[in-house]
Amino acid sequence: MNIANLLKIALKALNNNKLRCFLTMLGIIIGVASVITMLAIGQGSKNSIKEQISEMGSNMIMIHPGNMQRGGVRQSADDMQTLEVSDYEALQQLPGIAAISPSVNSNGQLVIGNNNYPSSIYGITPDYLDIRKLKVKDGSMFTEQDIKSAAKVCILGKTVVDNLFPNGDDPVGRVIRFGKIPLTVIGVLESKGTNSMGQDQDDVVLAPYTTVMKRILAIDYIQGIFASATDEDRTEATIEAITEVLRTRHKIKEDADNDFEIRSQQELSEMMNSTSDMMTVLLACIAGISLLVGGIGIMNIMYVSVTERTREIGLRMSIGARGIDILSQFLIEAVIISVSGGVIGIFVGVLASWLVNIIAHWPVYIQPYSVVLSFAVCTITGIFFGWYPAQKAANLDPIEAIRYE
Amino acid sequence: MSNDKEIIRVEKLRREFIVGGEKVKALRGVSFSIYEGEFVTIMGTSGSGKSTLLNILGCLDTPTSGEYLLDGVSVQTMSKNQRAITRNRKIGFVFQNYNLLPKTTAIENVELPLLYNSAVNARERREKAIAALEAVELGSRLNHKSNQMSGGQQQRVAIARALVNDPVIILADEATGNLDTRTSFSILMLFQELHAKGRTIIFVTHNPELAEYSSRNIVLRDGKVVSDTANPHPASAKEAFENLPKDND
Repeated sequence: MNIANLLKIALKALNNNKLRCFLTMLGIIIGVASVITMLAIGQGSKNSIKEQISEMGSNMIMIHPGNMQRGGVRQSADDMQTLEVSDYEALQQLPGIAAISPSVNSNGQLVIGNNNYPSSIYGITPDYLDIRKLKVKDGSMFTEQDIKSAAKVCILGKTVVDNLFPNGDDPVGRVIRFGKIPLTVIGVLESKGTNSMGQDQDDVVLAPYTTVMKRILAIDYIQGIFASATDEDRTEATIEAITEVLRTRHKIKEDADNDFEIRSQQELSEMMNSTSDMMTVLLACIAGISLLVGGIGIMNIMYVSVTERTREIGLRMSIGARGIDILSQFLIEAVIISVSGGVIGIFVGVLASWLVNIIAHWPVYIQPYSVVLSFAVCTITGIFFGWYPAQKAANLDPIEAIRYE
Repeated sequence: MSNDKEIIRVEKLRREFIVGGEKVKALRGVSFSIYEGEFVTIMGTSGSGKSTLLNILGCLDTPTSGEYLLDGVSVQTMSKNQRAITRNRKIGFVFQNYNLLPKTTAIENVELPLLYNSAVNARERREKAIAALEAVELGSRLNHKSNQMSGGQQQRVAIARALVNDPVIILADEATGNLDTRTSFSILMLFQELHAKGRTIIFVTHNPELAEYSSRNIVLRDGKVVSDTANPHPASAKEAFENLPKDND
């Protein structure tokens, strides 16, 4: 018997039992819809975590002095003076680096008129903005020229502005004091809010690193280097290249430890990803179980259907249906139930994901593969759970089946 | 008629079942031949083996021993699938309880055997089904569903279904058993008409009255043929039908 005839027969049989057919389908609909929704929620939260991390600068690489022993005593990182401006200049030449900035910082009191506020001043280069994904909102960033001349200029974060200029005055062009050093405010940063660790990212003052080194701290070393790799995937390779350069420059022996530490956001992002991956797997398991239950529902109904239609099967056999014809007929019925349930389930799942996004404001992202996957799983479910009842039908003895009451 | 083509030949047909550990001999060496154009009634009380014989003749069952040739082909050696194909191409079944598909129109019921024959396309299928329904005088009820028809009409649909694949033999199993006298005679009339047109029919029944309407009568008892008589002048079912008292209450 050809497929068109089989389909016709199966549709006819299903049409005779619409309600039952729909209720059976419901199991699959719920299963598929939940697979799609759960995966969409899982992927959505993964994407939003990824976005947050990349907002912090996902390919950021931080280099700090570290792990230095002097006569068996480990030194505090602050006391170490192993990183120099020349290191920074050397690393600038590395191919995998998109932006690089030395970093020196100092805590102190900011004063303007009657207002004062304790904050940290970061000595950096304009590259720092790219690395940390910062933007100057008002005014402008300082220039290379300002760095060369150790100009007394600074950029303020929003929190600092709010505290120093409570009346809402425009800070650009005003002169504030950091300790005893007067600095002209030339720009204000766009607010970034708190980061995922709860730190206020707007509580900063940026100044040329030369200014902080020479005028504020009076040091000739740098406290750290911030860099960013050209893209996230190359972070690992870039870190290795940096290590190579620094070890050579610092003349570290083969078996000796580094006198610096390199950290990247990648570990953080991997950790976050593994958490959300686990969540996705968990959600997918729950959804998978509901699909399994739906499949068992199909099997159950197909069994009832085979028993109920024993006479019909007997008749079909006596007028020449082969075992394979009966098998395909019931198998196709099961597959139609599961596949059409799957298609409806996909729509319901997409709708549900959309509602979750609209009502609960959860980030969702429907992965194309989850649609394809659940469709495939549905068909397989139909065949798998339809097989046994169909096999039972095909193996009926026509003599007994035709006289079955 | 014996000079005609041999449609069925059974020789020393035996069929044994094991029921509850005991051997039951349903057929104990049955032999006969049926020729093209015969209308044979196979008669016997319950337990005589007539159902078993019918199942074997209908290729639903195979004998324990003995030979069965249908249209010159040995059935024993066939596989399950080959027997199914044989049923589809060479045999038309008519059952006591019609066995029509529920909620299905007459024409769809009649088309059913042809669905299992991939050599027949949709158009041919429909044409043949209409022709078969016209042959049983149901040309006007093609799209009536099986539950919208009387018992007699349902049985006519079943006969049309048996005719549609142009079988070499029609096997009727108590085909009038569920019908009242009038309807029984009208169905019998139909069988006689088909016989007159040259169809070969085997009619299995326990009702001895029906023997006089057939051209040959085989009586089974305890799994053996006890009589096999030709009836050169079968009674006319049409006359019997017309002589029935009219329904006037």
